[in-house]
Amino acid sequence: MRAPGENTAETRQAEVLLSVENVSLAFGGVKAITDVSFDIRKGEIRAIIGPNGAGKTSMLNVINGFYHPSQGRITFKGQQRAKMRPSIAARQGIARTFQNVALFKGMSTLDNIMTGRALKMTCGFFWQLWRHGPAMREEVEHRRHVEQIIDFLEIQHIRNQAVGKLPYGLQKRVELGRALAMEPDLLLLDEPMAGMNLEEKEDMSRFIIDVNDQFGTTIALIEHDMGVVMDLSDRVVVLEYGRKIADGTPAEVKRDQKVIDAYLGVAH
Amino acid sequence: MAEAIAEGAAVDTVPKLLLRNAQQRGARPAIREKDLGIWQAWSWAEVATHVRDCALGLAALGVARGDKVAVIGRNKPRLYWTFAAAQCLGAIPVPVYQDSVAEEMAYVLEHAGVTVAVCEDQEQVDKVLSIADRLSGLALMVYDDPRGLRDYDHTRLKSFETVEATGREVAARDPARKAWLDAEIARGAGSDLAVILYTSGTTGKPKGVMLTYDNVIRAAINGIEFDKLTDQEEVIAYLPLAWVGDHLFSYVQSYAAGYCVNCPESGETVVEDRREIGTTYAFAPPRVYETLLTLSMVRMEDASAPKRRMFNYFIAHARRWGEKILNRESVPLGARLLYGLGEVLVYGPLKNRFGLSRVRVGYTAGEAIGPEIFRFFRALGVNLKQLYGQTEASVYITAQPDGEIRADTVGRPSPEVEIRIADNGEVQFRSPGVFQGYYKDAEKTAETKTADGWVKTGDAGFFDQSGHLRIIDRAKDVGKLASGALFAPKYIENKLKFYPNIKEAVAFGDRRGFVTAFVNIDLTAVGSWAERNNVVYASYQELAGHSQVYEMIAGHVAEVNRSLSEEPMMAGAQIARFLILHKELDADDGELTRTQKVRRGFIAERYAPLIDALYDGSTLADIRTEVTFEDGRRGVIAARVGIRDVPTVTPVKDLAA
Repeated sequence: MRAPGENTAETRQAEVLLSVENVSLAFGGVKAITDVSFDIRKGEIRAIIGPNGAGKTSMLNVINGFYHPSQGRITFKGQQRAKMRPSIAARQGIARTFQNVALFKGMSTLDNIMTGRALKMTCGFFWQLWRHGPAMREEVEHRRHVEQIIDFLEIQHIRNQAVGKLPYGLQKRVELGRALAMEPDLLLLDEPMAGMNLEEKEDMSRFIIDVNDQFGTTIALIEHDMGVVMDLSDRVVVLEYGRKIADGTPAEVKRDQKVIDAYLGVAH
Repeated sequence: MAEAIAEGAAVDTVPKLLLRNAQQRGARPAIREKDLGIWQAWSWAEVATHVRDCALGLAALGVARGDKVAVIGRNKPRLYWTFAAAQCLGAIPVPVYQDSVAEEMAYVLEHAGVTVAVCEDQEQVDKVLSIADRLSGLALMVYDDPRGLRDYDHTRLKSFETVEATGREVAARDPARKAWLDAEIARGAGSDLAVILYTSGTTGKPKGVMLTYDNVIRAAINGIEFDKLTDQEEVIAYLPLAWVGDHLFSYVQSYAAGYCVNCPESGETVVEDRREIGTTYAFAPPRVYETLLTLSMVRMEDASAPKRRMFNYFIAHARRWGEKILNRESVPLGARLLYGLGEVLVYGPLKNRFGLSRVRVGYTAGEAIGPEIFRFFRALGVNLKQLYGQTEASVYITAQPDGEIRADTVGRPSPEVEIRIADNGEVQFRSPGVFQGYYKDAEKTAETKTADGWVKTGDAGFFDQSGHLRIIDRAKDVGKLASGALFAPKYIENKLKFYPNIKEAVAFGDRRGFVTAFVNIDLTAVGSWAERNNVVYASYQELAGHSQVYEMIAGHVAEVNRSLSEEPMMAGAQIARFLILHKELDADDGELTRTQKVRRGFIAERYAPLIDALYDGSTLADIRTEVTFEDGRRGVIAARVGIRDVPTVTPVKDLAA
């Protein structure tokens, strides 16, 4: 694992991939997010942390267009967006995994990851039906890509198993695989290590670092395991009751008195 | 490079065998690997090219005759090519167990004095780097899989591709180098050191067994003739490269017979890959067969009632007649027909599942197999045979000829092998495969090998009336109870391990009043049972301590006692008390060897409080053990373990008297 903050110097000059400016989100009277601004730079691993109900998942949902902020602006790849649907976000290169695994339980690992390629398929319905020729060529190309992901995530042995039968840790890995199949520019991971044992966590951490390192994918992740957050991320943003209370490198955040009080427990 | 072998010259080294194969059967597949879900094949001609490029590359990077080249990783074509490439240059490959922790690896690499380490991936590179400061001679590291290694310092680290590219460049720039390499290959002689294989060592530090080409090739050819192997065989290579069995079966024998070796996609896909390939020549330690049996038994428990009934009916039929049919004995027509039906309905599909449909010869070696497991596979029609071998013998000591298969013997002496039984019951052998000595350890060599070439195996055994060797146990493990009755721990343990619920067992009793045992439950089998019986558990420890689990295991132990009581030699050594260990025995904690054999002495020491409790009559015992997690950190497990008494059975003839 690399030393924390090792590549902050290079990311500091890096361009901003996504910026969130003064975003607020309310459900009726409940204010989920209040006036939050931060940015995600290209190629970094950005963690969003905070106690339960701090608005972390809502923030991800805003970023990938599932919720529409009541106020504020979101700029992705230099383009400000107004109303946004998840499908458009996906087309623009945002992929995500979910806090509760959301896979097609009856389908095999391979097919689940193949669904991640759906947006990249160009052959029309009738070509698909005819199957031979362009549709087949396309499928082979996509299959190659999916196989590379399977190899990357070391899940060859469950390639043909229905995901519903797999242990939780592996399901999480398959979900990551499906998100990777989209070849995203920005990958949103909602608690990728929740409910995992130590070994699975270490594997997952390594996969996240490798994804970031090898494909240059920008990653935003929500995680509760502080050790993981501090080791993995380049910068951390801390939310509490829908407000941003801190933003900076893991070391800075760790020292921040407000964060210590809110999240890490009061120091003695 | 085909012209390199002169007409009539002796093909006495592995690189020369490779050249011969490239010439004689250049287009036939030599090795396959499943990559991205597709089997990729390399022909003998292609392998020869890769090996030549790699050898020239290694030579350009400084590898010279006599250097030691460590090979660390799982079964990959490139790692096998590295063996051959090193041997072309007269360097000596030293395969290392890839799951050893850095500490164990450091000992082997240091002891062998390796100058080059060829690693499979980042994990192995990291391990070697972490101990690099202790390896003064290490000048070069090569890796196969580049993943995660991009940002590493590449001054002493090269990818396998780079090495091959260097080799091609050298050859293109200076054609004389090719001739030089051919000359180097020709310089190799049968008496040269071919490989150093470190034995995993049931006791103490690993020892480097030195084998020459004459050793391994003679042994390989004898094996080929014994089993009438051809270049049509398909084998799957999934056992550690550092194990002599893999070195012989997947490397030397493949080169000698010209058959194809298949490398699975990953360690977890072996069963499926084996099924796709349909191996014709198989070898596995008993544990593999145990796992296959356990898995299918567990699945059958979950199957629907009619299927289960059909399975049980036909398996019972196979147990009664299957082995007789396989041995070509006379069997009533009705039984034969029913067996045929069973073949269609149960045995065929089952063998297909196991990937054993096409097996002509299947060996189990490395450890004694439980007779019940052995008979099960033979009953299905799998020609499973036992082999008794050692690293020091280049594998073969005895093997069972076709048609003379019995579960309790390991067969007749292999071709060109002489065997004698020492006064203390120890088996000793002499053969062309006998090793040269332990590397840098003349003392140990002298202890094991006599001046006239006899090797002490350390196993106790005897020849039965039919001329077959029977191994009872390790010579030093076989003991006597206080009553004088023979106590062979492994024999008892194997009986226990036949039950799918029991994964591992360790029996005690030497110089004691009665026999006791530690039991490890099998998490797959017992976990599935727990699910069906609404037994809730959070961990292995909790399940192992569950009273219903104890009931179940006590039942198994009682059955073992009954079966022991039927054998006059063993009836005295029935299990009086047992306990279920709170943790699984693990190689990382030093309790098993890397080949998954129980390290009895170590376990006895580590769990001394539990053994004391077994013999002082208490029903509960406390134990604290240090464990090593997979990431190398250490922790302590504390547990309270229950102990049960089991009724022993008085032998029938005693009752009659």
